[in-house]
Amino acid sequence: MADIETKESAYVVDKLIAEDIDSYLDQHEHKTMLRFITCGSVDDGKSTLIGRLLYDSKMIFEDQLDALASDSKKVGTQGQEIDFALLVDGLAAEREQGITIDVAYRFFNTEKRKFIVADCPGHEQYTRNMVTGASTSDLAVILIDARKGVLVQTRRHSYICKLLGVKNIVLAVNKMDLVDYSQEVFDKILADYRAFAESIGIANFTAMPISGYKGDNITTLSENTPWYTAPEYAGVPLIEHLETVEVLTSDDADKPFRMPVQWVNRPNLDFRGFSGQIATGVVKPKDKIRVLPSGKTSTVSKIVTFDGELEEAGAGQSVTICFEDEIDCSRGSVISIADAPPQTADQFESTFVWMADEAMVPGRAYWMKIGTQMVSASVAEPKYEINVNTMEELAAKTLELNSIGVAEMTTDKQIVFEPYTENRQLGGFILIDKMTNATVAAGMINFSLRRSQNVHWQAVDISRTQHAALKNQKPAVLWFTGLSGSGKSTIANMVEKKLHRMNRHTFLLDGDNVRHGLNKDLGFTESDRIENIRRVGEVSKLMTDAGLIVITAFISPFQADRELVRAMLPEGEFLEVFIDTPLKVAEARDVKGLYKKARAGELKNFTGIDSPYEAPRNPEIRVDTTKLSPEEAADLIVDTLLGDV
Amino acid sequence: MKKLTHLERLEAESIQIIREVAAEADKPVMLYSVGKDSAVMLHLARKAFYPSPPPFPLLHVDTTWKFKAMYDLRDKMAEMSGMELLVYNNPEAKEKGINPFDHGSLHTDMWKTEGLKQALDKYGFDAAFGGARRDEEKSRAKERIFSFRTSSHGWDPKNQRPELWNLYNAKKARGESIRVFPISNWTELDVWQYIRLENIPIVPLYFAEKRPTFEWEGGLFMADDPERLEKVLGYMPEITEKSIRFRTLGCFPLTGAVESEASTLTEVIQETLLTTTSERQGRVIDKDAGGAGMEVKKQQGYF
Repeated sequence: MADIETKESAYVVDKLIAEDIDSYLDQHEHKTMLRFITCGSVDDGKSTLIGRLLYDSKMIFEDQLDALASDSKKVGTQGQEIDFALLVDGLAAEREQGITIDVAYRFFNTEKRKFIVADCPGHEQYTRNMVTGASTSDLAVILIDARKGVLVQTRRHSYICKLLGVKNIVLAVNKMDLVDYSQEVFDKILADYRAFAESIGIANFTAMPISGYKGDNITTLSENTPWYTAPEYAGVPLIEHLETVEVLTSDDADKPFRMPVQWVNRPNLDFRGFSGQIATGVVKPKDKIRVLPSGKTSTVSKIVTFDGELEEAGAGQSVTICFEDEIDCSRGSVISIADAPPQTADQFESTFVWMADEAMVPGRAYWMKIGTQMVSASVAEPKYEINVNTMEELAAKTLELNSIGVAEMTTDKQIVFEPYTENRQLGGFILIDKMTNATVAAGMINFSLRRSQNVHWQAVDISRTQHAALKNQKPAVLWFTGLSGSGKSTIANMVEKKLHRMNRHTFLLDGDNVRHGLNKDLGFTESDRIENIRRVGEVSKLMTDAGLIVITAFISPFQADRELVRAMLPEGEFLEVFIDTPLKVAEARDVKGLYKKARAGELKNFTGIDSPYEAPRNPEIRVDTTKLSPEEAADLIVDTLLGDV
Repeated sequence: MKKLTHLERLEAESIQIIREVAAEADKPVMLYSVGKDSAVMLHLARKAFYPSPPPFPLLHVDTTWKFKAMYDLRDKMAEMSGMELLVYNNPEAKEKGINPFDHGSLHTDMWKTEGLKQALDKYGFDAAFGGARRDEEKSRAKERIFSFRTSSHGWDPKNQRPELWNLYNAKKARGESIRVFPISNWTELDVWQYIRLENIPIVPLYFAEKRPTFEWEGGLFMADDPERLEKVLGYMPEITEKSIRFRTLGCFPLTGAVESEASTLTEVIQETLLTTTSERQGRVIDKDAGGAGMEVKKQQGYF
């Protein structure tokens, strides 16, 4: 972070603006746009480079310079000199700490392009921010301090760019002024980087020797690096490269047509259109299209916009498409060219970047947003975690904040997708925690698992309705949840006896009993407990298919897991029964002596002691055991269940 | 296929954002301040849902101290877009006669910050569009497009959700809300160019004209309502006719005018490009609390 050496040329406005504003504006209306990220370590001079780009393209105003001068004296790291890092470091808290802690977006224009810069911090703990910045970038500028060469951070930044599919890479060897503009130093760094880049599959990159501080090779070729014009080098200043580089994501237009539907446009009975932003390809009226996941086909009748109907629309455009036939299509559907549709599946291998303080919980159900589809998804224990510094694959039980790993995942229904390397929009997704609503991970689908394509539902002739009709009852799951010793098993037993006497066909699944058989391979870690609940949920579901009333008695401490089971069953068949006994009371009873053991440290992960219990927020039935006897509780539950039948 | 220009890419992105909110929020609203950024945002909303009108109302959190020309355009645009217009005045500020002369920053707190919170709570809106841009001010550069607010409308800059690709997480608990900034990635020049390209109506105050002005605390202001001015100032300021225009529009006593001869859109753009001070300088609000003015305001719930 250094001040910028200012030249007298810094604030010269474009002559055309003063002389012929109309031509200037016409020219600027036809500019293209490039989004790029800058990545570098703390002292690589990243903020200075961005300050330089803004300054040289006249994006810094006099009043901002004045404010900067006074800020620099107060909190700057450059003594009495102007500290340009302050210009690009935003929030007050960060300014005081002297670090950049988030992604900030900067804007500047040249005659040919508009630029959006994602300014990403280089600190180890902020992988998440770089991934965020890279996800929308067409190009990455990777900064290297010429004195230090290729560092661990350089590898990490390059790997993340590769992972996120950023295809244009600029290797900016900065601070060349501090190594006397040495060609030898530059060549050494170039060779080191090339060897590394090839090892991770980066085939092309453009290297340039620069100084953000002095302005060498930023807007014009520097006299200090005459050797840079030799044919083996790019031989262009940074700005010129950014202005002219072909944006590779624009090849999205050459791929088959796909558009995720955002919104059904239905102003009146005569108009029904589907609004969305075209992900890839081109669409024209009369094109045969297919709607996924239903697979129904039709023909495009018109492409509607505020500015009139279009003869053609392509990748990146937001449009509204109408069909010739009334076929089923809604938010979450993907409209595709009829003869080359994307795949659908419900099991995948994906690469995850974990973004939350709370680590991944294998087996837990998260919301998954992919395109405009929102589904429930659970992630298996990672196959491996990737050490982003060495690219090694490490064994992992979970993924922590800022870690990257590969795992299999399952969605609760078929989704329309393409591998991320083929299509960013249909292969990139986020995971959302169902309790906190936080975005906890970014993911990229690598491929679907063969088994999900080969396992099909077998149609059976006797339906669940017929099973239930024969038993003359409505199937249901009474899902008891509560602390150990709250009285779940006692009350559940009474409920089953009462129902049995009323000629109801029931089955009681008890926690301890299931663990002796079906789930005897599972322990008591968080992920095993989730798997325990998932299996019990699946068994319960099979039993309701058979027409039974299922009663389960498990602690099931996590709301997300109970919601997972609820989601497996038809609406209204899952009744959450909260056996509400305060910890104090349950611990005082301690029928099995478990609390005592847990307090003594002999039992780990014991709910209520060193593992949390998330009480149901809206249970169908709540039993306050400090007010009701087990007998009264059982009556309440049976009455509620049968009142519902 | 021809390549999209930067304005076409920005437009498509903003439309995608606006549609996501309409699809995922329970009760969205568009905040409409009648300024040029609001004008662009409203235009984009009309484009996003055409031929339907935008499926949410417009909300103007009014301070009663706006320029007359702003109220005129507001009513005209609401009618043109076929959207319901809701106008909210904080009753407490009204009762206490809060004004920009006597009450300084309390004026903004009461009418705008408090007024906005009250209006959102009153109607139960869970998502509100705003026309803020990241290039306006430093703390905005890091703001998300979907900015999550607690049930008391607070903004915690350390606890914002990461935004990847064009995937926005609009999930929230009851009582919580989001602010959405669909033109985050537009610069001032983009906004002007788009207004020119699309012929979007804006308040005539952006164009220079001879107007009655007075000087107050070192700034140049327009005497939009002299009688009301005299009442709150306690004296009739000296009013002189000058050719002025406004670079931003807020409450008339808080928004400084600049002397200018730029009377057409093109001249205004030209002057903007040639100017050497940043856009918000004419507004008093950013100077409160040193450089962190806007950030503090935002944590309190200002847009």
